[in-house]
Amino acid sequence: MKKRNTIWILIIVFLLLLLIGVVFLALSVGQINFSFAQILDILSKKEGVEYSVLANIRLPRILLSFAVGGALSISGLVLQGIYRNPLVEPYTLGISGGAALGVSFAIVFGLQNMFSGLTLPVFGIIGAIAMIILLYVLSLRKEYLNINKVLLTGVMISFMTSSMIMFIMATTTSENLQSIVFWTMGSLEEPNDLLIYLVFGISLVGLVVIYLFSGHLNALRLGEANARYLGINSRATIKILFVIASILTGVSVSIAGVIGFVGLIIPQLLRYLIGSDFRILIITTYLGGAIFLILSDIVARTIIAPNQLPIGVITGIIGGAIFIIALSKSKQGI
Amino acid sequence: MKIEKIVCGYSGSFLLKEVSFDIEKGLFTGIIGPNGSGKTTLFRGITGDIGLKSGNIYFEGKNLTSFTGKQRARRFAIVTQKIEVANITVEEFVLLGRFPYKKPFQFLETEEDYRLAGKYMKMTGVYKYKDKLFSELSGGEQQLVSIAKALTQEPDILLLDEPTSHLDIAHQVKILNLLQKLNKTFKLTVIMIIHDLNLAGEYCDHIIMLDNGRIHTSGSAKEVLNYKNIEEVYKTPVVTRENPISKKPAIFLISERVLKGKM
Repeated sequence: MKKRNTIWILIIVFLLLLLIGVVFLALSVGQINFSFAQILDILSKKEGVEYSVLANIRLPRILLSFAVGGALSISGLVLQGIYRNPLVEPYTLGISGGAALGVSFAIVFGLQNMFSGLTLPVFGIIGAIAMIILLYVLSLRKEYLNINKVLLTGVMISFMTSSMIMFIMATTTSENLQSIVFWTMGSLEEPNDLLIYLVFGISLVGLVVIYLFSGHLNALRLGEANARYLGINSRATIKILFVIASILTGVSVSIAGVIGFVGLIIPQLLRYLIGSDFRILIITTYLGGAIFLILSDIVARTIIAPNQLPIGVITGIIGGAIFIIALSKSKQGI
Repeated sequence: MKIEKIVCGYSGSFLLKEVSFDIEKGLFTGIIGPNGSGKTTLFRGITGDIGLKSGNIYFEGKNLTSFTGKQRARRFAIVTQKIEVANITVEEFVLLGRFPYKKPFQFLETEEDYRLAGKYMKMTGVYKYKDKLFSELSGGEQQLVSIAKALTQEPDILLLDEPTSHLDIAHQVKILNLLQKLNKTFKLTVIMIIHDLNLAGEYCDHIIMLDNGRIHTSGSAKEVLNYKNIEEVYKTPVVTRENPISKKPAIFLISERVLKGKM
């Protein structure tokens, strides 16, 4: 037991060190490159153009990557946990489709300036919430356990929203079209600092609340009925966790667009590396997702600098590649 | 434990019709009956898988519905036929039995949790597998691990749903001997649903025979397991004799050909 706790602490310390390293890397590279010593120097002086590049451009972006990467990963972990199915991910449930549809509406109807910079996120979250409610009413309320029904409903909602988005794209101007496409592919550039702090806060609160359910999630590994026999209100637990995961996904997608694969791959990879105990898995998955997204964003904004690639492209390619390599090396599959 | 006139079932289909019985403390009770007689429905009614349409279940004089989930789990431990779970070691699995004793905001196991898990893994003979994955074990070994987890809950009553189905005779006897030992040595009340009439007769102090949602007969093995009751409930001709060693009833089946040739 002592040995296991020590290993857990070592894993967390390792990931935190990795996170710090990645944050420094993200601070140092860009149009202007800084060395490690320079970063410390600039940050301690708190003035000048260089300080403003670090504090007002790079740092908020890192913060957003951290929050979104962590949130999407634990959403995936939680959904995989409550449905005991490793292939479920936040986007299978149609939540991102709803957010994308909301944003498309806002763009097409020229509402971009309705709430100034907040318009697209606001419409995104409205769309996401609408889909969560729809999913809840259609399947989750009564048949919360029928994973196939919940999943199929989610997949169908996804199909319908993407068809509607295509309809909008086919009938709109090329300028709007470009905005929609660009938003859909995801970006971690967010000019509004307040929004970033908000996402950061929601993401961390989500992490804490989910962690409080780590024991429940552990017991749910035995299935819904066996968890109930251990004294868990499985029904309420599954619903609460589903809603938390949905909110985290909705918020992430609304701000950063559709960033694929994180919610599927990071939980899978960590489960494969450190086992299935949620008490360690939740923390490591969150940190792993945060690190992965910060790294992906570094690649996205440097590889064809001064232009940027959509972050979703990078997460898809890197994530998919890591996943296939891990899968081919493992004997029994993930 | 007292079960009073419970009616339950699935909407539109089979219902358990006002079944009442008492389970005495420290008794080894077997519930038998043909497929569709309501064994599993009864099991699910007691475990709370399905709600009771009417009737009550009392435990130590208190209605079971007044217990919280955790209180219930500290008194009743339930072993199902099969659990499918990937990527979990035997020790982790058994430790989950301590969940009902966790305090709010307690994330890690206590020394006591480990001690009890170790004790019951040794008692069930699965301690040697403690670091193995649950999914790597055979069906019989998994069943023993499930029982170890149930014991780790330190319950008053152990409820099992066909613990010996799909197992070879060696494992059947091993598991039932273990249950008998727990029952006789540690005074654990055991209730199990079982298909095999011979095993029910050999091991159970008290047998409840269900037929079509009602209790047909209940009593000792000798009282329940005679050819008359069995032929009435199972609609199958049988011969019963006394087991020469245990003096419990043994049931023999006869093929149709032999039966016709004889008659």
